[in-house]
Amino acid sequence: MSLEIRSSATVWRRFRDSHFLYRLRRNRRAQVCLALFVLIMASVLLTPWIAPSDPYDLAQISLLDSELPPFWIAGSEPAHLLGTDAQGRDLLSSILYGARVSVAIGFGAVLLQSVLGTALGLLAGYRGGIVDALLMRLADIQLSFSTLMMAIIIGAVVKAAFGGAFYGDYSVVILILIIGLSEWPQYARTVRASVLAEKRKDYVDAARVLGFPSCRIMWRHILPNTLSPIFVLSTVQVANAIMAEAALSFLGLGMPETEPSLGSLIKSGFDYLQSGSWWITLLPGLFLVTLVLIINLLGDWLRDTMNPRLHKG
Amino acid sequence: MIMFLMRRLCQAVLVMFIISVIGFAIQGGLGDPVQQRLGPAATEAEATTLRHSLGLDDPLWVQYLAFANDALHLDFGHSYFFHEPALGVIARYLPATLELVAASAVLTLLLSVPMGVFCAIRPRNWLSQTLMGLSVIGISVPVFLTAMVLIQIFSIGIQVTLFPADSGWGHWLNQLFSIEGGMPAYGRGNPIHVVGVWYTNFASLQGLLYLLLPALSLALVMLPLFVRLIHAEMLEVLETDYVKYARARGLRPSRIYFLHALKSTLLPVVTLGGVQIGTLVAYTLLTETVFQWPGAGLMFLDAIERADMPLVVAYLVVVGLLFVVINTLVDLLYRMLNPRVTLSGRAA
Repeated sequence: MSLEIRSSATVWRRFRDSHFLYRLRRNRRAQVCLALFVLIMASVLLTPWIAPSDPYDLAQISLLDSELPPFWIAGSEPAHLLGTDAQGRDLLSSILYGARVSVAIGFGAVLLQSVLGTALGLLAGYRGGIVDALLMRLADIQLSFSTLMMAIIIGAVVKAAFGGAFYGDYSVVILILIIGLSEWPQYARTVRASVLAEKRKDYVDAARVLGFPSCRIMWRHILPNTLSPIFVLSTVQVANAIMAEAALSFLGLGMPETEPSLGSLIKSGFDYLQSGSWWITLLPGLFLVTLVLIINLLGDWLRDTMNPRLHKG
Repeated sequence: MIMFLMRRLCQAVLVMFIISVIGFAIQGGLGDPVQQRLGPAATEAEATTLRHSLGLDDPLWVQYLAFANDALHLDFGHSYFFHEPALGVIARYLPATLELVAASAVLTLLLSVPMGVFCAIRPRNWLSQTLMGLSVIGISVPVFLTAMVLIQIFSIGIQVTLFPADSGWGHWLNQLFSIEGGMPAYGRGNPIHVVGVWYTNFASLQGLLYLLLPALSLALVMLPLFVRLIHAEMLEVLETDYVKYARARGLRPSRIYFLHALKSTLLPVVTLGGVQIGTLVAYTLLTETVFQWPGAGLMFLDAIERADMPLVVAYLVVVGLLFVVINTLVDLLYRMLNPRVTLSGRAA
């Protein structure tokens, strides 16, 4: 018991004295970004409790309230702060629920691609030879197609092969798979590069001399030393995954309009742009840009903090 | 050189093989053609005969070889929707896409080079600071959103009612900040026929108007990447000895910046342009969707909606081929611009 308390106190002290916190204290922009990020994540997690209404609940929607403008424009209603869409759904609630879907897909896809990419990168870097050549060729090809195009192609193939109904039913899983599969080369390359640097070091030779199996050396010895670039990459990749999901949804290869993400909200609102209700599409868009921008800025800052030698131009 | 071309050829064959396998898989995955042709009332014997005559009871690899053979002879079958050869349909839609890409490439180049150079040589200027700040934001804005904002501003217009309209100055301020709109933001207008399947938007003022908003949104999305790259490269080049020497010789600054320094800055720009070609195709798809620009991307999305398999497969093959060719060309160009790079190694 006392051991646990002491260890948690040590963890706290280590965190308090860390380089990370020191850099955070000295960077106003990073503080603002982190605060906003925490705020958005909290509201996304707590959406069912804090959203003004449930956009999926037909009993709470009134068609009489359709296309109300946001609060700063004449004709708005205080009950709907950011206005309503064409079906009378509260836009603030729709955005929160949509962001929930987008963020879930973003994190899910990054989890998949990091596990896949890290495993393949470790394998390629440690084994070398034909495995390495084959995997890296594949990564090259995939990257030359660009990850977004890759995601669109996979999405199109899946939709063409299984039909729209199937796609709609399992769209969250399909999107996570698509984005995860199209972006793994990013991780594989990063991990492979650090594995190539690590495996020449003495501690790996020592482990090999001790007769440990390669899996154990890769997993217990090399992997922990490649974690910091993986972590930095992950922030940017979450932003990329959210953007990719929005693009796919906008093309009709993503979330259906019955369970909209930010991208499908933008897509369904686009039809009402011409009738003057710009907020239905541009406000979710603004939210998307803010979210992605915050994550990107945090990623930039994290990269500079974790690796002071690397300096962006 | 020969080694490089051989390696590239192998890679190209591999890519095309993978694409053809995917194409074969989705073409075969769609329902049972025998039942579709005969209807539910057919007997078992009839079905067997037809299956045999269509080659459907052959082993999979024989069926694949037949498919690949047709593909090599540029025969992807007839589009279910258009009832004409799939490649012909794509050829009809491709010029619109190419014109859009060309126009936005010109816009990107014309805007990014002066911006990037300016930001590098006047880093403390408020304009450079603003531009660099905007470029950070610009990377996080998806292309369809840029396109929509452009439509809202220049096509629909903005009616400002923020100031009290009953007073003279309020009315005047409202007028000042309101934007008329009226730019075309839907389709291609009436492009002028040039030759064969090529109808152009470049030949008339009206055509250029239709082209402007789609090309601008595509350019605005590519712009931040290029401005940042040119800026970073330029900063580096300005520190090199040969630029210092040019300064010491008393050459005009404009000559140093735009002739000596810019030349070596363009090298990575070419590479980035090549690497970004896939992203460009994806962005073009999105732009065409927003503006209903009747290009190959929009056709591809419609084909997916209609489950028009031959068209989907043909599009994938054409895009794959385009990537392989352009990537190879970019590498060759890179070598021509930078003789220090040898292509036999993994220079690409």
